[in-house]
Amino acid sequence: MPRFEPWSAPRAAGIIAEHTHLEGATLPILHALQETFGYVDAGAVPLIADALNLSRAEVHGCITFYHDFRAHPAGRHTVKLCRAEACQAMGSDKLHADILKRLGTEWHGTTADGSCTVEPVYCLGLCANGPAALVDGEPVAHLTADALEAALTEVRQ
Amino acid sequence: MSVTITVPRDAVALGLGANKVARALFAGAERRGLDVTIKRTGSRGLFWLEPMVEVETPEGRIAYGPVTLKDVDALLDAGLTTGGDHPLRLGKPEEIPFLARQQRLTFHRCGVVDPASVEDYRAHGGYRGLEAALKKDAEGIVAEVRESGLRGRGGAGFPAGIKWNTVMLAKAEQKYVVCNADEGDSGTFADRMMMEGDPFNLIEGMTIAGVATGATRGYIYLRSEYPQAFETLKEAIANGVKAGVLGDNVMGSGKTFHLEVRLGAGAYICGEETSLLESLEGRRGIVRAKPPIPALKGFLGKPTLVNNVMTFTAVPWILEHGAKAYADYGMGRSLGTLPIQLAGNIKHGGLIEMAFGITLREVIEDFGGGTRSGRPVRAVQVGGPLGAYFPDELLDTPLDYEAMAAKKGLVGHGGIVVFDDTVDMAKQARFAFEFCATESCGKCTPCRIGATRGVETMDKVIAGIRPDQNLKLVEDLCEVMTDGSLCAMGGLTPMPVMSAITHFPEDFRRAGDFPVAAE
Repeated sequence: MPRFEPWSAPRAAGIIAEHTHLEGATLPILHALQETFGYVDAGAVPLIADALNLSRAEVHGCITFYHDFRAHPAGRHTVKLCRAEACQAMGSDKLHADILKRLGTEWHGTTADGSCTVEPVYCLGLCANGPAALVDGEPVAHLTADALEAALTEVRQ
Repeated sequence: MSVTITVPRDAVALGLGANKVARALFAGAERRGLDVTIKRTGSRGLFWLEPMVEVETPEGRIAYGPVTLKDVDALLDAGLTTGGDHPLRLGKPEEIPFLARQQRLTFHRCGVVDPASVEDYRAHGGYRGLEAALKKDAEGIVAEVRESGLRGRGGAGFPAGIKWNTVMLAKAEQKYVVCNADEGDSGTFADRMMMEGDPFNLIEGMTIAGVATGATRGYIYLRSEYPQAFETLKEAIANGVKAGVLGDNVMGSGKTFHLEVRLGAGAYICGEETSLLESLEGRRGIVRAKPPIPALKGFLGKPTLVNNVMTFTAVPWILEHGAKAYADYGMGRSLGTLPIQLAGNIKHGGLIEMAFGITLREVIEDFGGGTRSGRPVRAVQVGGPLGAYFPDELLDTPLDYEAMAAKKGLVGHGGIVVFDDTVDMAKQARFAFEFCATESCGKCTPCRIGATRGVETMDKVIAGIRPDQNLKLVEDLCEVMTDGSLCAMGGLTPMPVMSAITHFPEDFRRAGDFPVAAE
């Protein structure tokens, strides 16, 4: 079962329409689109621009400014690994090198089987229990390479 | 009679298996024919003991922790539901020294109440601050905040009363209250803990701010890295509207306050208040030049009160107990309590709420119990990624805005990250520049270009290429960034860099043993 729907302009237009009444609707719209499709398709830019009376450049500029928004479909699951100082103090740099090697991918990359995308984040607020990760939004504290593998096995089921 | 067992749903507890423990406790109790209710709370912030399970007994709550899945059966067999003895039994949570020593004004309900329940919040003293506020006029509320000495807890330490007063006096048909919940500093989690554990404290604080300033709409700008806090806040706000503590007629007072939570999208700079407002308006989170200040021209160009989660959550206590009671805590011009977050390589990490003035050493040694690795402490970064790295000699500095500034450091959002003796400070200095380069909004040149040049120059230092000249260049670059940046992002990045170079010079000369080729 794919977690995300395939890109559809009419579906996107519907999602956008649900949010246009909000003050400063751009981010809520982008989040909703990414939640539905797994990324923000370039086809969404003119739709958002029209709905919010913005230029396409403004919308494009907004999407590319934020680390969260992806321009391309990601893997079925997302792993966010914390690279900030508190996790560094618990050896996150070496751990991340091990994890990326095991998964056979790089930062922002997706594993060959398409099952997971690995992204860096700077702080998950789990700083007293590092190293830390978010697997599909679920926190993992005291992270090890084995614990991540177990968490991934669980979400894949 | 059903026995209530509390299991935290704070992100740390969840990250350590709290949901599985909760399910197993319920199933195990059912198998044994025990009538139990599982109540999900936030955390008390004793994070090395999470998941910390508490059972309500006639003598009060009894805690057990850290409870893992494999302990559940043995705990139930040992009589957990009646407070029975077991190696994981911690006794009354309030008597655990880590908690007993604290001065919890803001966090006293966190880990105790059901975060989504207005009734539970009120049963534990909630909404007394707003009740007191509603008996005053706007000037009276603002006077309480001013006289309490409360300073913005987000990092800048600006007197809250002055900001509140400016927004109150501003004339406009629409004003806003915006909570900066973009807690991006590494080593900080107080906002997250509060929003997950006692969100009504924030909601009440923001409502008081709305009543005081005449703002009828509020936004919580929350970072997307906190999905659990997002869900809890949405649930709490919906319940607040149902209970009539939010909306068109707040607690029957005729005052209006609507509140909404908005998600950021992974940008550290949006913790800077003007970037935050740009982002909230739907644009790139690029810093605005001040003036005009947000208090006069903020969200959508309207007068806007922007405060941090910890600033708003201090307010209900101040209104309930009075400005003087709050100002009696603290030292110098740093009054009240500071929620300190102890993190990194630390044995007993967690949330410590204490009056300003406690020293770093007391926090790290008395509360923290030293490093988790068991090795000596070498460096301590205080105040997030833009805060200074302190060596052992500076650990007797009290946590106080002025005392920290005198040692070229900052209190920031109260985060303390401990490193043991395996840390490479040249690498940490390089990281400070790298972080700034990744997260800079790009509006001003010192920050945008300076950070990238900083990474390149530090790489040369680390490679042993003319370390003296290159360190001189780093110093020069830091001066430009400090003096020329538009906001604190570029302006404070030199703080971790220069503190590392100043206090740990040996780490910047190691590769220098190699003779550099003659030129």
